[in-house]
Amino acid sequence: MPGQPKILLLDEDQDFLDLYREMLSQHLPSLPEVRAANSGSRALSILESEQFNLLITELNLSHMDGLQVLTIARRKHPQLRLVVLTAIRDEQFRTRSYALGVDQFWIKPETDQEMGLFMESIESLIGREAHGGFRGVQSKSLVDIIQLECLSQSSCMLKIINGLTEGKIYIQNGEVTDAEMPGMNAEPAFQRILSWKTGSFEILPPDPSRVRTIFTSYQGLLLNTAQAIDEAASATVDLPHPENSPHPNPAPANLAPQLAEVSQMEGVEFVLALGGDKASAQNSWGLDNPKPVVEFTRQALQNFRDLGERLQVGELQQIFGTGPQRKVAVASCGNSDLCVGFPPALPSDQVNDSFKSILTKWAS
Amino acid sequence: MGFLSRLFKSGKPGLVHLPAGSFTLDREGRIMTSTLPQSFPVDHLRTIGSQVLASFRSAKKAQMPLSEIVIQYSALKVLARELRGGAIIFLMPQSHQRLNPKLKNP
Repeated sequence: MPGQPKILLLDEDQDFLDLYREMLSQHLPSLPEVRAANSGSRALSILESEQFNLLITELNLSHMDGLQVLTIARRKHPQLRLVVLTAIRDEQFRTRSYALGVDQFWIKPETDQEMGLFMESIESLIGREAHGGFRGVQSKSLVDIIQLECLSQSSCMLKIINGLTEGKIYIQNGEVTDAEMPGMNAEPAFQRILSWKTGSFEILPPDPSRVRTIFTSYQGLLLNTAQAIDEAASATVDLPHPENSPHPNPAPANLAPQLAEVSQMEGVEFVLALGGDKASAQNSWGLDNPKPVVEFTRQALQNFRDLGERLQVGELQQIFGTGPQRKVAVASCGNSDLCVGFPPALPSDQVNDSFKSILTKWAS
Repeated sequence: MGFLSRLFKSGKPGLVHLPAGSFTLDREGRIMTSTLPQSFPVDHLRTIGSQVLASFRSAKKAQMPLSEIVIQYSALKVLARELRGGAIIFLMPQSHQRLNPKLKNP
């Protein structure tokens, strides 16, 4: 959104609104336009009528509380940055706010120093538009981050989290020495991690005792990775026709390799992949009659997503079921909904790990 | 903040704190027992219960009866065990502090 940035402040305390409106509009270097609302419904109607860069909200509001406002704002205005500024010191509300996708959670500042930090963070937040990328360094890709670390001859460990999957890249004196993620390590893991488009990362202290498994220079690694990603993208065009597929329920060409790969994983009894909407195709492996499982998967995901929204507990991550005949795991992954069956004797930890690996493979 | 408003506080509904605890349902979805605080809305319990029971039924219809379902959200874990057509449901709020004990509240 070009031009003067716009901030919407939501709180029931008129004194607070007057004070913060003045401070934000006059003391931030970007001189934003600041509007105020004293109720959740008023704030949402203002958001409908005008475009804003940032919403700063209190949680404790009557009628419609702050978590409800955040839920609706996140769904209707995905580009809007969200900040909670509250007097409630409660770890659970902090967790739930982050689960709903807020960018920052602040307890109302009580000292000049805290106020200074708050103002700085708000300035930095409105200073950049959302272009995707990794949380914390939104304008940088993972390649940029690795280049920065290697060029500065750093030693560190990058922990990257993409959905439920965690990857690690080890850098020693400006060289990438190792990488790991569930079910993969060394260069393949590095390539897979770099194919992730979004996520969050942490820079952690280096682990000098880590055994080096990657000996290619970081420039070579990045080039190889870019090439591998390009090849993978073009490979989907050359897949065999579904008529040649050995599976009982042939999948469309672009999903067949993923289904085949997942079906080879240890313990997997069946795999069902559904498109995001009801009209889209279903693909399965290992199911004679997928229809009832399709209904179960769609119903469970829809019902529990609605429940999560009602309880304001953030995104539905996954559903695990245990029964006398089998264990099942259900989750959404990108544009697909997945349901995977496992034998009942497989320990829950193993089901969990295996399902994480499946989601990783599917996502990449 | 006037003097009167301090004395006569409005009975506005506050934020609902997610409780940790459990409750049981019969096969009709009626709440039988609960260890959750009364401040947590009964409507929420009924909704959770009905969705859980619907999932047990739907799984049974799909020829894969389930005795336990775990629903994992970013900030809440729900564990439900089937009890003769009804269910016992555990609510376990998840917090960053519990996940990462090294993280300290500022």
